Amino acid sequence: MLWLFALIAGVLFGLYYGLAALGLNLIFGVMRMVNLAHGDVIMLGGFAAVLLFDHFGVNPLITVLLVIPPSLLVGYLTYYLLGRRVQRSRDPEMMSLVMFFGVSQVIEAVAVIAFGNNEASITSAVFGTRPFSIAGQGVPGAWLVSAGVGLVALVLLFLYLYRTSLGRATRAIMSSPDEARAVGVNPDRISALTFGIGVGLAAIAGILSLFMIGGTTPSEGVDLTVTAFAVIVLGGLGSPMGTFLGGIVFGLALMFTQTYAPVWSGFAPFAILLVIMLLRPTGLLGRTVRSV
Amino acid sequence: MSSVAQRLREGAGAVGRRPRRQMVGDVLLVVVPPAGFLVASLVYNNQLLLLTMMVYVALAQGLNVIFGFTGYLPFGYVGFFGAGAYGTALSVHFLHAPIALAVLLGGLAGLLVAALLSPLLRLTGAYFAIASLAAAEALYYLISNPQLTAVTNGPYGVNLASVYNSGAAYLAAVVLVGVAMLCVVWVRRSHFGMSLRAIRADPLAARLAGVNVVRARTFAWLISATLAGLAGAIYAWAVSVFYPEAVFDLSISVFAIVFALFGGVGTVLGPLLGAVILYGVYNYIGVSQPQDFQLIYGVLIVLIVLFLPNGLLSIRLRRLWRGR
Repeated sequence: MLWLFALIAGVLFGLYYGLAALGLNLIFGVMRMVNLAHGDVIMLGGFAAVLLFDHFGVNPLITVLLVIPPSLLVGYLTYYLLGRRVQRSRDPEMMSLVMFFGVSQVIEAVAVIAFGNNEASITSAVFGTRPFSIAGQGVPGAWLVSAGVGLVALVLLFLYLYRTSLGRATRAIMSSPDEARAVGVNPDRISALTFGIGVGLAAIAGILSLFMIGGTTPSEGVDLTVTAFAVIVLGGLGSPMGTFLGGIVFGLALMFTQTYAPVWSGFAPFAILLVIMLLRPTGLLGRTVRSV
Repeated sequence: MSSVAQRLREGAGAVGRRPRRQMVGDVLLVVVPPAGFLVASLVYNNQLLLLTMMVYVALAQGLNVIFGFTGYLPFGYVGFFGAGAYGTALSVHFLHAPIALAVLLGGLAGLLVAALLSPLLRLTGAYFAIASLAAAEALYYLISNPQLTAVTNGPYGVNLASVYNSGAAYLAAVVLVGVAMLCVVWVRRSHFGMSLRAIRADPLAARLAGVNVVRARTFAWLISATLAGLAGAIYAWAVSVFYPEAVFDLSISVFAIVFALFGGVGTVLGPLLGAVILYGVYNYIGVSQPQDFQLIYGVLIVLIVLFLPNGLLSIRLRRLWRGR
């Protein structure tokens, strides 16, 4: 029953990858900028969890809550110091890409200097050692926790976007920044808040990455960014539900590769991204977000 | 729209009858840099450093051709460099090609990979940049795959010691610098370069004016990739022993992008200056820890984007303009 295990693992990992990509999608939707430092924020989230666990014995699930306030602060600062400036430049799309590429390099370098080049991890025993049984397949508790956190994040984000006035303003900017401004939405405030939420979601994904991807290393950021980008392209840009659908498709593809052709599992995410981009650049659920 | 018209007019000035002075200037731009590197090797004895600098000049200029003139930024530019390095190594191992031919085949490998990836040019902006990065990573995982050990020696690297010849490799790099400069001067001055700039300013208008947008962009892409392939080939020849992660290292893309941006993309001299100054400074300071260099270059990228988006040469032009 190898395929059944791959199927269950694929869905659980899919929910996790949806979470890992959600922040990137949100930031892109509001600001039309690709935060290339997204994967590096995930990496930092992982280190935060390891440090808090090693020194103070903080359970990673508590860290999930603890990273939210600093993430919002970092998001605010990044938006006002860097994002807003670059958005007003001559070619915001390319310039923001290059700039966040630089930011990603800085974060990676600082992480190497601060934490060294070694892998840091937390034993998955914190979520219990006994595997849970789903349809007769033993699944580690940590996977269920991660998938659960992903689902909770999705529901909360959905409520935020569709049931609050800030969320309504956010969606207004996503669909048409100029019209949103015309009816009195302050794009700076929404953008800064969105950036904070995006960073927070990435940091939370980073904490769980310790159990889903394995330990965290400073250099993993680029791969994670590309993976997250693959997921949001799969699901379509600008739709949170789509991100999770993209995550599940990606998770299944990854799990089946890992089960049946493990040597190619490093190659698979990039190949998947290329194939999707060439065949269907608007994503599975995507509408045409913008014209060439 | 006025800026489009203005740019086209500037371009027309460049393509039409041009003053002799400009012709002389162009010839100097092509001849002086390689000559300078030739002289430098007599004065300065760290040849590998100079060779690496030349490799980066070629990479920065190659990136300039695609990014500076079409606005397409390939983060995965290093993929062509790696393809060139492996193309050369495989030509030596399996075809027993003489090294000069093997280097050319390395350039051909870059060209072929670019031709294979040319559908990526249908994407724009961030999509293109990240797709090209994914392509480079995919190529890396393909070449370093343990299942391909019989062909590429997988993750265990390549040894080209049998054809090692540092003097000849140095001369090849000097020629490469000349070729790279020639490519950019030609793109800058030719009809082809003018159509690229027209496309960049407004693809639709360019098409209406009779420019074959897809063909022009693809051609620039192939030139750019071939330069990177040749650079990788000569680098492989010069270092002679290398691992896949060394020739597919993303920091090679970072270097090329930073050098080109620092000097000023879309110019002939900018990327050359960027590579020579920044790579020189980098070695002069003697940053020994890779993370220190990464930190400095990351900060530099952010600062360039925020404060000097048009590169070093824009400062000079601005001053001249004020002086008048």
